[in-house]
Amino acid sequence: MYAFIKKEFFHIFRDYRSMLILFGMPVVQVLLFGFAITTDINDAKIAILDQSKDPITREITQKMLSSKYFILEQNLQSNNQIEAAFQSGNIKEVVVFEHGFAEKLQRDGKVDVQLILDASEPNTANMLSAYSSGIINTYSLQQMMAANKIPVSIQTESMMLYNPELKSVYMFVPGVITILLMLVSAMMTSISITREKEMGTMEALLVSPLKPLQIIIGKVTPYVLLSFINLIVILLLARFVFGMPTQGSMTLLLLESILFIIMSLALGILISTVSKTQQQAMLLSMFALMLPTILLSGFIFPIENMPIILQWISHVMPSKWFIIIIKNIMLKGVGIAYFWKETLIILFTTLFFIAMSVKKFKVRLE
Amino acid sequence: MNESKQIIVVNDLVKMFGHFTANDKLNFSVKKGEIFGFLGANGAGKTTAIKILSGLSKPTSGKAIVAGFDVKKHPNKVKKNIGYMSQRFSLYDDMTVKENFRFYGGIYGLNRKEIREKTAHFLKKLDMEDYGNMLLKNIPLGWKQKLAFSVAILHNPKIVFLDEPTGGVDPLTRRQFWELIYESSAQGTTVFVTTHYMDEAEYCERVSIMSEGRIEAIGTPAELKEKFDVKTMDEVFIKIAR
Repeated sequence: MYAFIKKEFFHIFRDYRSMLILFGMPVVQVLLFGFAITTDINDAKIAILDQSKDPITREITQKMLSSKYFILEQNLQSNNQIEAAFQSGNIKEVVVFEHGFAEKLQRDGKVDVQLILDASEPNTANMLSAYSSGIINTYSLQQMMAANKIPVSIQTESMMLYNPELKSVYMFVPGVITILLMLVSAMMTSISITREKEMGTMEALLVSPLKPLQIIIGKVTPYVLLSFINLIVILLLARFVFGMPTQGSMTLLLLESILFIIMSLALGILISTVSKTQQQAMLLSMFALMLPTILLSGFIFPIENMPIILQWISHVMPSKWFIIIIKNIMLKGVGIAYFWKETLIILFTTLFFIAMSVKKFKVRLE
Repeated sequence: MNESKQIIVVNDLVKMFGHFTANDKLNFSVKKGEIFGFLGANGAGKTTAIKILSGLSKPTSGKAIVAGFDVKKHPNKVKKNIGYMSQRFSLYDDMTVKENFRFYGGIYGLNRKEIREKTAHFLKKLDMEDYGNMLLKNIPLGWKQKLAFSVAILHNPKIVFLDEPTGGVDPLTRRQFWELIYESSAQGTTVFVTTHYMDEAEYCERVSIMSEGRIEAIGTPAELKEKFDVKTMDEVFIKIAR
């Protein structure tokens, strides 16, 4: 048994590709998702077409530019420059103040600001529009208050729980943990088992006195250890690079992760029993596991917004339940009482996969 | 023939895959220390039979006793007493020669000291003492096959199964390989070998020839040549395969 596990480590450490997947991947993914793929917008370049140039328009412009969201790229002189500004590519928004802005406001008590947005990136456009409207509304409210023009005013005051700064990294870390554990466990085991089949060494193992169960345990033990190390690395990165704390019990988090790792390993074994070559195992893990995990687990796209059929499919994804569990522990800091159902679901899936792969393994021996 | 000297006894062995009969009532026995050639065209059912004899696969009906154990009831006891080498070697390319020895010694339950001694012994015999720490992928094919054979008999099995062990190597290396086979047979290991090369069939003490799941002929190469009235094993084979 010891000899077997040692041999497995030789395979891993001597293959630079598997080393890369095992140790390069987690770091790159966390950093990538943490820094590059952020849904917050900073320093969007805008252009302003101020046809009025009065104190009020200047004041609004000032307010907008002093927020961290916008940078003034260009001052436009006329309407027909707008199109060109967008076509130049780097302008995301144009703010248009009409002629006699301040006068009209004085006279009618009402005036329009036009926001024109580049909606070739719909999310960005939406957010910029919301930011701009927010700034302008706040300004007008302040003016009205100062002038005592409105007797009553209802203001909304939002409080963001669990992620007060709305950092997107808080959302990505649980997803990245899930994907990496799945990738390392399922993909690496399925590849390493099929490699033995391809090389003919599996036959040699099967005719040896080792029992099939021993072979399986010997194969997966190294990956359990490595996945676990990966998990720790990701948690450390999240903690010290992105300042994402773990609110709940660390022990609970690690235990749940081990359960999920075992589930992924069982899945990996199952994949290896149905695929004949390493490529097949790799493709199967990639397309049957990774893509659905990324797309349907609620990692990036909210499940509530999906068509009902996809929502149903997402229920069968163990990763969906695992993400819920990690979010609960890391962000809300709640205990097992709040997610025992999700844990049970993963537990049953694990047992199901183990039963399936043992059955398949035996059939092959017949 | 003395019963106790029979190390493999096969009686009416049948293996069905659905409606397809891969092995149709095989009957034969192999003596201890014998080099037994198991011949047949591709698809004749050789591999199926070897799988049953090595405890990998269960017979549909009939009985096979290998090294004193029933393959159906005690496949694991059978496995402990046999060695196995397939056409595809069964050594790990990304490990060194010594690591391969250590691994296989380990899974057959040899202790460190035994493994060290055996490794030294085999490397010396193969004249490969300087290559112990070399990765297997850097070693020529012919040497790999000799190493694979050494690994297969590392744990002193009573029987070693060789499934087309000499595929793809030059005649000289094949010759050397057969010297290893003779040597271990002389030390009492029974050798059960399948091959495509009819010159190799001549090296065997006894051979059986399979065709379409049945054993069509069995005997020493000389007996078979006489029976079919031909000069070479090649001709015997062609007559039967037709």
